[in-house]
Amino acid sequence: MAHSNNRRKFMATTLQSVGLTALGGMLWSGYCDEATASPLVLRPPGALPEKDFLDACIKCGMCAEACVNRESNIDKETGKQRPGTLQMAKGGDHRLIGTPFFKPREVPCYMCDDIPCVPVCPSGALDMPSLLNEKKELDINKATMGLAVVHKESCIAFWGLQCDACYRACPLLDEAISLQYQKNERTGKHAFLLPVVHSDVCTGCGLCEKACVTEKPAIFVLPREYSMGRAGDHYVKGWDKKDQQRAGERKLDEIETHTKRSEKAPADYLNREIEY
Amino acid sequence: MKNLKYLLLRRITQIGLLVLYFGANAYGWTLLKGTFGSSLLFGVIPLADPYTTLQVLATGFVLGTDVLLGALIITLFYMIVGGRAFCSWVCPINMVTDLANWLRRKLNLDREEVNYRFLKRRARYWIMVLGLIVSAIVGIAAFEALSPITIMQRGIIFGFGAGISVVIAIFLFDLFGVKNGWCGHLCPLGATYSLIGKASLVRVKHDHEACTNCMECKIVCPENQVLHMINKESISVTDGECTNCGRCIDVCNDDALEFGIRSFTNSKSTKEKK
Repeated sequence: MAHSNNRRKFMATTLQSVGLTALGGMLWSGYCDEATASPLVLRPPGALPEKDFLDACIKCGMCAEACVNRESNIDKETGKQRPGTLQMAKGGDHRLIGTPFFKPREVPCYMCDDIPCVPVCPSGALDMPSLLNEKKELDINKATMGLAVVHKESCIAFWGLQCDACYRACPLLDEAISLQYQKNERTGKHAFLLPVVHSDVCTGCGLCEKACVTEKPAIFVLPREYSMGRAGDHYVKGWDKKDQQRAGERKLDEIETHTKRSEKAPADYLNREIEY
Repeated sequence: MKNLKYLLLRRITQIGLLVLYFGANAYGWTLLKGTFGSSLLFGVIPLADPYTTLQVLATGFVLGTDVLLGALIITLFYMIVGGRAFCSWVCPINMVTDLANWLRRKLNLDREEVNYRFLKRRARYWIMVLGLIVSAIVGIAAFEALSPITIMQRGIIFGFGAGISVVIAIFLFDLFGVKNGWCGHLCPLGATYSLIGKASLVRVKHDHEACTNCMECKIVCPENQVLHMINKESISVTDGECTNCGRCIDVCNDDALEFGIRSFTNSKSTKEKK
């Protein structure tokens, strides 16, 4: 009798534990899922794609420590250390807690030649090989932290005022941002000097965003995933051999779009009643 | 007057480590860099938290060798030498929960009728396993997304922000909720170290002959189920949940408790006793 009571108690407590664990697991998973849902975040150079980065980062902060303690971070006028570029996400930053990120308007990435933040990463979340050039040297110009985007309505260069602050702040001067000359039809005798960002060169360091003179920056860095479109395989530059190659590699059934509507002949579709 | 030797030693160790970590960021010291997740000692020796490492591995990411080696070093240290000493000698949350525990006693919150007992001490092992499962499902180190330990440590090194609320929450939970609620019931890191340190060498030893059964040690012990031998047997405290904090040694007025090396001949009788 006592034996069966014990067994019942054991079954009940096991069931209880399993049930509570399931409950906890659901709450916990939900929390983690929400905590990672902060897509517009700029990571250090060499960071893996955001999803892998969140897997890999062990939140040790060594990148941020290397960043703030680099020799070039001494203010020449005061001789004191400036705040580092990389911050470790705190509660209230609305980014996954403990992961490094930067806000270019506060402190942009100064694109150090020796990239002190990357080799110290112990986990591989900051991928050093991705920053090596053909000579196997660290090359900060290979970084793709983000891509600068110009909002032309608030950019005063588009108003016709002369401003080239972002163009001059860019560490890849005239490569990542170039100035496009355009006639100012309003006055008839002036030129626009319009900043144009080139995504194949821009590293997303944010020095332009920091330099921008408008109250809220008219040029700002977004993660590449959000600031870039994709033409897809339907459109090919017929005049570009390389682009033709890209299109040549596609598979036919991948580019054919099959929808319910495309199964019918175009005439059938035109003769049907309009459905909204 | 009560002896505070081990309490002071622990505070010196805990605060000293935090000072080193803080200095690595603020002044560029190279003695001990990083955080508990992963650190670098003397600029060469990698150290890493075993449970954090397991969580990252559970997400499916193949970690760098530095972290794996670091986790191995830490695991071996506590496995062979320290036992669960991380919890009482290193972890900054220990200072918070110790304060809560001390206040509980001062405010008479320890009496049975006001002590909530809805939590089981083994809950932490479930949470430990759950943390790995959730890490695998969600694809991030799940406990690290809310761990008060690293939030407090990063808070001290890089600034707290709203993260301080997590630390306050733990304090309130331990003070007004469950006695030793966080460290003794919930923390999966403590659970991990309990398992790792199960067979470690440094142990508290009890001298049954000297004991006067005053029970001071049981009152002060944060895991007092491990002190089942008090005034019964002269053996070592061999339970992995003992944090080697030494508070029992400090409060004992009879010299019936002292640190020593585990004696393997006695370990058998302990098991039988259980």
